Amino acid sequence: MTTATRPALVALDIPSPPSWRRLRLAGADTATLTQRELLIWMRNPAFIFFTIIQPVMFVLLFRYVFAGAIPVKIPGGYVDFLMPGIIAQSAAFASFGTAIALARQLQKGVIDRFRAMPMARSAVLLGRLSADVVRLVVTLLVILGIGYAVGFRFHNGALPAVLMLVLGVALGLTICTVSAYVGLAVKDEESVSSFGLVWLFPLTFVSNAFVPVGTMPGWLQAFAKNQPVTIVIDEMRSLALGGPLALHAWQSAAWLAGIVAVFVPLAVRAYRRAT
Amino acid sequence: MVAPEGEPAGPVAGDGRQPRWDGPAIVVEDVHKSFGDVHALRGIDLAVERGKVLGVLGPNGAGKTTAVKILTTLLRPDRGRALVEGRDVARSPAAVREIIGLAGQSTAIQEELTGRENLDIMGRLYHVDAGTRRQRAEELLERFELQDAADRPAKGYSGGMQRRLDLALSLVAHPRVVFLDEPTTGLDPRSRMAMWDVIREMVGSGMTLLLTTQYLEEADALADEIVVIDRGLVIAAGTSQELKNRIGGDVLEFVVERRRSAEAAQAVRGLSGAEPIIDAETGRVSLRVGTEGSQALVETVRRLDELGIHTEDLGIRRPSLDDVFLALTGHGAADEGDVAGSRRDKRARRRSDRRAS
Repeated sequence: MTTATRPALVALDIPSPPSWRRLRLAGADTATLTQRELLIWMRNPAFIFFTIIQPVMFVLLFRYVFAGAIPVKIPGGYVDFLMPGIIAQSAAFASFGTAIALARQLQKGVIDRFRAMPMARSAVLLGRLSADVVRLVVTLLVILGIGYAVGFRFHNGALPAVLMLVLGVALGLTICTVSAYVGLAVKDEESVSSFGLVWLFPLTFVSNAFVPVGTMPGWLQAFAKNQPVTIVIDEMRSLALGGPLALHAWQSAAWLAGIVAVFVPLAVRAYRRAT
Repeated sequence: MVAPEGEPAGPVAGDGRQPRWDGPAIVVEDVHKSFGDVHALRGIDLAVERGKVLGVLGPNGAGKTTAVKILTTLLRPDRGRALVEGRDVARSPAAVREIIGLAGQSTAIQEELTGRENLDIMGRLYHVDAGTRRQRAEELLERFELQDAADRPAKGYSGGMQRRLDLALSLVAHPRVVFLDEPTTGLDPRSRMAMWDVIREMVGSGMTLLLTTQYLEEADALADEIVVIDRGLVIAAGTSQELKNRIGGDVLEFVVERRRSAEAAQAVRGLSGAEPIIDAETGRVSLRVGTEGSQALVETVRRLDELGIHTEDLGIRRPSLDDVFLALTGHGAADEGDVAGSRRDKRARRRSDRRAS
């Protein structure tokens, strides 16, 4: 638009930085936000409670209150049955924090502020998820320690034991991507914390985490046997206690990869739209 | 497009890293933005010279926040363009983000972290090196009077302290252009004054500032120039004095018994060029009196006394945003619902629009 009185302003042509530099900065930004999220986590008593104290209470509750009433036919008894399940359940529940933190940051405008800064856009989600991985590892190691104290033992060697933990973290991280999507799509901390995560309950409790699926009514078994959390727990039990690995390994990998493939793009889209 | 000779309007060859720009620090040309059927901006133009403070004045829902979001690359304009130090917000958003700071209503503070930690993390996200970050944090904590609270979690800060920290966060990387979106909304009067002092101190170092506000006094206190926006359009622009002259300066106001308000208005008619306005419900009579306030005041007392009309609340006050709006648009500065807000707000607004029609 040119007028006689004012010359048209020609905007500066600013070349974007080379991609290697952008990548390096994205890495640095992700590291910064990971640290930030972890600092926040450590300072927040409620987060510590949900990710450490609550799972520990679950272990003690099931180990000493329900154990006698739940018949399992494995050599190590209920505690060996329980631990892989409770590790999976805690990993899944740890994703609570992801949804709540993202919804809160959106609501308060923190994410808007980040977007007006010269930082990589991907860093908000990547930083969040890498902090979640650290959080999951800490939580699962604490639970495992308690498990050992109350009688749980690995029966299948060191490498499978490590792989079981890795699978637990992978399950947790996968559910964190779903949770990230929920947090970014719902955008309201209150709603997220009151009903945004109810789907976690059937997913973790209607599974083989605490009881053998065979004890459930037939119609419920159909769901419980085939849902991803059960399949992952089956694999975790095989890794911890010994048993067939191959079939459930593939099924677990397929489920987790499938969920990530669906929810990461959804979360990214919700994040882009949430302004 | 080539800028005519002698006009240093386009990009000028610089040192390669920081291209020089000799145009205004902020240029907005015919920017439109709609959200569905809500037209938040209907073609606004702005220009702010480097080192100046522009106050964008308007009620809730006028489009202020939308304008700031476009200038800070959070929203793309539907039509028109916006340049910040010569960088097109839609075409080179990354280059714009390098040189701007944003603060205001929405807070970037993380309450679990201390003031110093908040500043340090911001600095890291602007890719400032560690030594400079420490030094800069110290400097900003001192300037914003936050040293004593620097190592306490921001959760325990007062409202005013949180706003000051928020502002400090936006300055970490020495931005060339700063946007403050309603920096004092919701603060008590004392904190507001403190915030004004801080903002005044901030400018003057060549930094360009655009601030939005709902308060005329605030724009008056801080801005070199003011634009008034209403329903997505710029309806007036000028210095604070020019605007006040335009609306007739100070306002004389008093309250009388409702049944005698017409009589009282008749009595003061002619004291200034303006017509007295009667609020029939409260018996409040107001008259724009320009700069002749004290004289008009004395005369009003005399005339009403002669008529034996008893007055309450007689006095002179500075014009408020409401007066500006009444004078410029014929409607008050009522809350119109924040257009840039959530979908819920938009739905509510549509509902109220339907009710109104």
